Amino acid sequence: MATPMRSSARSKSRLPSSQKSLRRGHHLPYLNVPIASGTILSSALFIEQLLNGLQLGVMLFLMAAGLTLIFGVMGLINLAHGSLYMVGAFACAWVAAQTGSFWIGLAASLAAAAAMGAIVEIAIIRRLYSRDHLDQVLATFALILIFSEGTRWVFGSVPLYLNVPEQLAGFVTLPGGSRYQLYRLAIIGVGVAVAVGLYLLISMTRLGMRIRAGESDREMIGALGVDIRTLYTIVFALGAALAGFAGAMVGALQSVQVGMGEPVLILAFVVIVIGGIGSIKGALVGAILVGLIDTMGRFLMPQVFSVFMGTSQAATAGAAVASMLIYIVMAIILAVRPQGLFAKG
Amino acid sequence: MTRETIINIALALVLLAIPFVATQMGSPFYVTLATRMAILALAAVGLNLALGLGGLVSFGHAAFFGVGGYAAGILASHAFSMQPLDLGFAEFAGTNSMLVIWLVAIAAAGLVALFIGAVSLRTSGVYFIMITLAFAQMTYYFAISWPAYGGEDGLSIFVRNTFPGINTMVPMSFFLLCYAVLIAVLVLFWLVGNSRFGAALQAARQNDVRVASVGIAPFRIRLAAFVISGMITGLAGALYADLNRFVSPSMMSWHMSGEFIVLIILGGVGRLFGPVAGAMMFVMVEYLLGGMTDRWQFFLGLALLAVVLFARGGLIGSLAGKVRHG
Repeated sequence: MATPMRSSARSKSRLPSSQKSLRRGHHLPYLNVPIASGTILSSALFIEQLLNGLQLGVMLFLMAAGLTLIFGVMGLINLAHGSLYMVGAFACAWVAAQTGSFWIGLAASLAAAAAMGAIVEIAIIRRLYSRDHLDQVLATFALILIFSEGTRWVFGSVPLYLNVPEQLAGFVTLPGGSRYQLYRLAIIGVGVAVAVGLYLLISMTRLGMRIRAGESDREMIGALGVDIRTLYTIVFALGAALAGFAGAMVGALQSVQVGMGEPVLILAFVVIVIGGIGSIKGALVGAILVGLIDTMGRFLMPQVFSVFMGTSQAATAGAAVASMLIYIVMAIILAVRPQGLFAKG
Repeated sequence: MTRETIINIALALVLLAIPFVATQMGSPFYVTLATRMAILALAAVGLNLALGLGGLVSFGHAAFFGVGGYAAGILASHAFSMQPLDLGFAEFAGTNSMLVIWLVAIAAAGLVALFIGAVSLRTSGVYFIMITLAFAQMTYYFAISWPAYGGEDGLSIFVRNTFPGINTMVPMSFFLLCYAVLIAVLVLFWLVGNSRFGAALQAARQNDVRVASVGIAPFRIRLAAFVISGMITGLAGALYADLNRFVSPSMMSWHMSGEFIVLIILGGVGRLFGPVAGAMMFVMVEYLLGGMTDRWQFFLGLALLAVVLFARGGLIGSLAGKVRHG
C-alpha cells in the first residue's frame, strides 16, 4: 500500500525499507544459502540444495495445511494467513529475547498465533462464511493492513533477530563431505512429525472426525448437534497455530520483520492450487514439489543456461527463469488437471 | 434520467473541477492528486469489466498495470539512450510519443492477459483468485530478477512522454489528457456493457450452464472480457508511469491488485462509475489519513473492514439504490 503521495517520485519508497530486503534476488529470504553461478555441479552441493528444498517444502506445508483446512471446512479464503505466520515469528523472537530460551519462545508462538486466530475468527472471520469470496478477499486484505501496521506500531520498524537454539546450533556432515546446518535438518524432522500428527488427528480422533464431517456437509453436522461455531473457531485456531509455528521456526533463519509472511503466503497458495484445495495430502505433495522445484530451479537454471551462453548472462537469465519456474509448473498442472492433483469430488 | 446517471455526471464534474479549484486556491499539488485519481479509476474500470460484469475476481490485475508501465518505461529509456530495442527477430527504435507507447502498452498487456486468462479461466471461484494472484507475482518476481531495466530499483523516465499538441509537463494538461482517456474508456465500458457481448458476459456470470445451453461458449466470452480488461489496466499503467516518471516492480505487487479491488468495492461492483467514485474516495482518504498519522494503513484497514462488514453495495450503491432491472 502506498504512503500518501507528496512528490511524483514517491513510488520509489512504496515499501518500507525493512521490506526491501525481502525482494533482493531470491524472494524467499530464508533460502539464504548463497548459490554461486558457474559452480561445478558437485554431489555434495546437490544434496545440500535438495535438503534446502525439502526444508522449504516442509515449511510451506505447515502454511498450506492450515489454509486448505480452513477452506475445506469453512469455505473461506484467508489472505491474512501470512499475518499469523508473522505473529508467530514475532511472538517467538520477543519471548525468546525476554526469557533467553528459544523453546519458551516456540511455545509462546504457538499460543500467540492460536489465540490471535481464535480472536480474529470470533470477532470478524465468523461473519464472512456466508459471504462471497470477493468480500472474504477484501476483509482479509484489510486484516493484513491492520496486522502489518499494528505489528510495526508495537515492535517498531527494526527487524528482530532470533538465534538458533544452542542444542541445534551445530553442523552435520553430509555424504559427499559438505557440512549442513543441524537446525535446518531439525525443521525437516519437525515438519514431517507435524504432518504425521495432523494425519493422526484428522483420521483417528473425534475432533478429526468432526472436521471431516464438516468438510463433506456443514449443515448436516450442525443438525446432528455438533456445536459448529466452536468447531470453526478450533479449526481456525489450529490453522493459525501451524502458521505461527512455521513463522517461529523460520524466524531463526532470517530476520523477523513486518511483511515476512507475504511471499510465503503466495507460495502456499500455489501449493494448494497444485495440490487441490481442501486436501491435506495435496498440500503435502504440493508443498514438497514447490519447495524442491523452487530451490533446485534457482540452483540448476543458471548452470543449464551456461551450456549455451556466457556465464554472467546465464546467471541473470537463469535467475529470471528460476523465479518463474513454480508458476510455470502450476500453469502446466492446471492445464492438465484444473482442479489440482488431489482435489475432492 | 435515473438517479445513478445524475450521480455519475456529478462525479465526473467533481473530478474535473478538483484541479481547477485547487489551482485557483493556490495548491497545485491537488492537480497531481486528481491525476492519480483519474489513472487509478481507469485501471479499476478495466478490472470492473472482468470483476463487475463478468464476475471474474482477478487478484492479479497489477500484472497488466505493471506491463503497461514497463512498456512506457522501456520505450522511453530506449528513446533517451538512442539504443534500438532488440527483440531478437527485429530491432525497434524507442519512442517518446504517448500514442505509440499506449498502443504498445495495450498490446503487451493484452498478450499477457491472453496467456494468464487462457490458463486461469479453466478454473473458477477461489482457484481463479489464487491463480491470478500467483501469475501476477510471477511477473513481479520476473521484473525484480531481470536486471536489464533496473530490476528491483526500477526505471526512471527522465522527461514525461509527449502527446501531439499538448505540453504534458504542465500538470493541468496531463490531468486533462488522463481525464479524457478515462471518459473515453468509460464510454467504451458502457458500450460493452450494453452490447450483445456484454449481455452474454453478464449472463455467464449469473448462470454459465444456461449460457452454454443456448450455444454461447462462456470460456471464450470470459477470455475476451479478461483480455479487454487487461488492456485497459495496461493503458492505465502507461499513464501511471508517466505521472510518476518512474516504473518499478512495486506496480506489479499484490498490494496494487488488492488496491484495485478495494477501489471497485468502495465505489460499487459492476457500476459504471463505481471505480471513479472508489478511486476518488480512496485517494482522498489515503491523503487525509496520511496527513494525520503515520499509522494510516492501520486505520485504512479498519475502515475497509467496516465497509465490507456493514456497508454493502459501495458508495454508488448506497446513493443510487439497487440496480434497476428492465
